[in-house]
Amino acid sequence: MNELLQFLQEPIAQRSLWACAVIGFSNGFMSALVVLRRSALQIGTLSCALLPGIALAILLFGLVQLSILLGAVLAGLMVGLGSLFVSRTSRMEHDTALSILHTTAFAVGYIILVQLGLQQKVDDWLFGNIMSMSNLDLTIAYATGAIAVLGVTVLRRPLILYLFDPRAAATMGIPARAFSYGIFALLILVLVSSLQAVGAFLTLGLLVAPAATVYLLTDRIGWMFWGGGLIGGLGSVAAFFLSFPLGWHLGATIILVLGVIFLTAYIFSPKYGLLSRRK
Amino acid sequence: MNKMEDHICWGAGHHHEGGHVLSVQGVCAGYGRVEALHELSFAVCCGRTLALVGPNGAGKSTLLNLLAGLLRPRSGEILWNGHPLTENRHEIAYVPQRSEVDWRFPLTVRGLVEMGRFPAAGLWGALNAHDRGIVDRALELMGLGDLQQRQIGALSGGQQQRCFLARALAQEAHILLLDEPFTGLDVPGTESLAEMLRTLAGEGRLVIASHHDLHTAPAIFDDCLLLKRRMIAFGPTAEVLTPPNLERAFGALLPLHPALPGLCHVAPSASHE
Repeated sequence: MNELLQFLQEPIAQRSLWACAVIGFSNGFMSALVVLRRSALQIGTLSCALLPGIALAILLFGLVQLSILLGAVLAGLMVGLGSLFVSRTSRMEHDTALSILHTTAFAVGYIILVQLGLQQKVDDWLFGNIMSMSNLDLTIAYATGAIAVLGVTVLRRPLILYLFDPRAAATMGIPARAFSYGIFALLILVLVSSLQAVGAFLTLGLLVAPAATVYLLTDRIGWMFWGGGLIGGLGSVAAFFLSFPLGWHLGATIILVLGVIFLTAYIFSPKYGLLSRRK
Repeated sequence: MNKMEDHICWGAGHHHEGGHVLSVQGVCAGYGRVEALHELSFAVCCGRTLALVGPNGAGKSTLLNLLAGLLRPRSGEILWNGHPLTENRHEIAYVPQRSEVDWRFPLTVRGLVEMGRFPAAGLWGALNAHDRGIVDRALELMGLGDLQQRQIGALSGGQQQRCFLARALAQEAHILLLDEPFTGLDVPGTESLAEMLRTLAGEGRLVIASHHDLHTAPAIFDDCLLLKRRMIAFGPTAEVLTPPNLERAFGALLPLHPALPGLCHVAPSASHE
């Protein structure tokens, strides 16, 4: 206990605690979009596609924070839109095209990073390392979270309409295409901000599990966002306090805690749980 | 209560000078290199129910998309009372095909109907008393008052269809566009929905639905537009769905169609007029 209190005095510990809360919340908040659009797998492949962007940015500009972020966003966009393009101009399914493009991109990124002698860094990007987050990283995480929450809150009504019934939304004058690109962009932004915390492999869990849990508990769409944010934030903070005494990897612990919360809801949810269905 | 009545254009009480007219004039439309509709022209008044009938790929969905404003015509015009329909978006309510709806979406019946008020209510704030009143009334009229807190997936097919009709009512739309509304409904469900559509039209709305069941069309719809990339026939349903017309639309396959005997039965009675 004493050790933990002492650890909390350290700026690095405080920073990662804040990072857990903020990144957990904004990812959980945005996970509602992933769950409601049923695009979990696409987002999962995208998160791995960010790696080559990061690698190329390092190759071109060195280890500069902002260029790395920009590279990741660009790579995500290129793989995402590229797969759409390939599927539209050939007989390929979108999922198939996406799988090929993202693994190829991942391979390229990995080769570049190893060639640059950044093997150690690779681990951080794949599995996350909250402790290595700088103040700038934290600021970026804050800003991303704020943009996401603000955007979704301001556009709540048209967004819900678009998510549920895109055609009717279009007849009511909602620009469906702009919404679809906007959601995509917001998700990539959030994805990138969580990359450092939980890494490319694990980030999908953070961007799906919270709202998926709420989905099992409620029929109110507003709760999907705020409830998801709450579960994501609290789960990540809980993981922080678990991982220290146990000496577990923090990013992995966050995903584990969220997984356990989801399983609990899956079994015990009063309305949609396994137990209530048996009755 | 009276005040609310004034606000809601439920149709019947309102004077429709000469009726509102939807007029499609020389419309061509398509996707990429494909022309889905060629030189389509017809006009229909509010207060009618219109079925869009034709084989697959005949242009039924294309026409619905055009009317809904989801697709722009390559040439020609669509007018509502003489003005472009696209300038009257608020007059249109779209009811999607049931199979295209995510019924597990975390949404209650009331939540779905409230969506109809979103365009009028704007982005911010809770729905005001006026909007809530309209939602209440729409729910009541569709017999969903007791079900309003249900999740939308926990309803029967007919009730699900009525939810979307209630949303259309809440939109206070004049034109209701329905994509295959009778697909997958059982006989009682079909009858009650048909009744509902006739009532809505009777109150001064224009109901337009794509429909694939030649058997039931004459009993449900006043008018029928028979399509096969271009107009085959248009007019009162029984006069349109005659064997010669159907053969032109559906080709030689039709004589094998089990619907034909029923149609023969309908068609002569109409041609007496």
